[in-house]
Amino acid sequence: MKSQISIENVSKVFGRHKALNNVSLEIKKGEIFALLGPNGAGKTTLISAICGLCKQSSGTIKVNDFDTLSQYKDTRNQIGLVPQELPLDGFESVYNSCQFSRGLFGLKDSRDHIEKILKTLSLFDKRDEQIFGLSGGMKRRLLIAKALAHEPKILFLDEPTAGVDVSLRRDIWKLIEDQKKMGVTIILTTHYIEEAEQLADRVGIINSGEIILVKEKTTLMSEFSKKTTFIRLSKKLKDLSFMKKNKKISLTENGMTLKLVGINNTSNELQSIVNLLSQNGIAFTEINTVDNSLEDIFLDLVETQ
Amino acid sequence: MNIQAAITIYKFEMARFRRTIFQSLVAPIITTSLYFVVFGAAIGSKIESINGVSYGSFIVPGLIMLYLMTESINNAAFGIYFPKFVGSIFEVLSAPVSSLQATVGYVGAAASKSTIIGLMIFLTSNLFVTHDIKYPLVMAVFIILTAITFSLFGFIIGIWAQNWEKLSIIPTLLVTPLVFLGGSFYSIDMLPEFWQKVSLLNPVFYLISGFRWSFFGTSEIPIALSIVAILSFMAICLLIIAIIFKTGYRLRT
Repeated sequence: MKSQISIENVSKVFGRHKALNNVSLEIKKGEIFALLGPNGAGKTTLISAICGLCKQSSGTIKVNDFDTLSQYKDTRNQIGLVPQELPLDGFESVYNSCQFSRGLFGLKDSRDHIEKILKTLSLFDKRDEQIFGLSGGMKRRLLIAKALAHEPKILFLDEPTAGVDVSLRRDIWKLIEDQKKMGVTIILTTHYIEEAEQLADRVGIINSGEIILVKEKTTLMSEFSKKTTFIRLSKKLKDLSFMKKNKKISLTENGMTLKLVGINNTSNELQSIVNLLSQNGIAFTEINTVDNSLEDIFLDLVETQ
Repeated sequence: MNIQAAITIYKFEMARFRRTIFQSLVAPIITTSLYFVVFGAAIGSKIESINGVSYGSFIVPGLIMLYLMTESINNAAFGIYFPKFVGSIFEVLSAPVSSLQATVGYVGAAASKSTIIGLMIFLTSNLFVTHDIKYPLVMAVFIILTAITFSLFGFIIGIWAQNWEKLSIIPTLLVTPLVFLGGSFYSIDMLPEFWQKVSLLNPVFYLISGFRWSFFGTSEIPIALSIVAILSFMAICLLIIAIIFKTGYRLRT
């Protein structure tokens, strides 16, 4: 698939702090790319550099082969941005605010288009109301509507579901999936790893201004997958003195469950643990194995870096 | 060229003006009326005519300039500072909008608002004094040039300001004194010789003097000098704005 955004050796320095350190990244056309990282990792700085809100200290960023610095009009024309905060002029009406966003991109008023977006985002009934009167969730949706007002080819969503309820989160996910079906490339930053797990085609992890990993989500999940097995015991155990010390095996706080991390249930290792329990007269009622989530993988990668 | 962007910013800012039209227009009209009552009727009746012009008529150009300058600065400064304050400036900065288009949108709207206010003050003055305008075209040119130039200046203040205090500090501590001491309410011929020379260092004096010339055909200094002064100030403001956009000063990180 062709790269739509090409980031090459981009660094951004604020005083003595290096917010981005030699970042290189390719975003493919039509994909949903989830950029994950802890607070202060450089996610928003990277998005800001691509969108023109900040100027990189070195390196180049190209959007569909246009340079974001020397050909900024061509690059920004293609991009819609939903920022992390809720920066809105509260005195303006919902409709006019969307119209303003569209006009900035050189497009004339299109009532049909804006009303369609407002309907999709359940804001149509509020179209003539001042933004001040909207709830936090509505403001979040309005920012998405404003970003879509000029029909962008690339959509940046910086924490789009922060502070919204579960039902609205599902609605926003659906909207993101619909945009993808329409051919829009989506770059998503989120703290909800579940969101990335649900939506992303590829995942990038950034920490301390450096991209530490970029992989297809499915590849990432299988490569870094660790199974965790829980053996529910019939009686409470005080300790694991009956077996050799093993980092992969622990006893839960209530002493009623053995937790085995990274042990495959088809392996001999699990069989030997079960045998060992029998030999020591420890009965169990259930064996349950679960795959670790993207969140576990993310935490492992960030912590081990 | 994305002309639509400049039009969009202009319309958006004018919508803000319409939302507060009562406050925007009524306050200057009431204050102007009070000036005419106090200076024109009460104190003005005790003052002899200045260069053959009654005192009430003499202060009209000064009053219009006073409002034109302060409103231009305040409107333009607020117009760019407010989106910076709430964060919504990100939309303009991430859109394909050139520095020229953004400046035309914000400054054009501020200049339009202050011009409307200036005209309202002129109409109000007709309720108190009668005067013929000797050079109406020159008057119109002066109003427009002053509105644009001081809106450019206000635009710079709005970008520079990082809080509400800074936003008002230059208009309050610098511009208002310069306007009052620039001959809004008196002719510098009425001052002692030393203060006449000091007044010549005040750039606002040249604008008020030139504007007064368009009304009465007489002024303390040649009209050409007034036009050179305002065009020079405009050029300086444009240069500063060009540098601001080039460097991203207090707009882009």
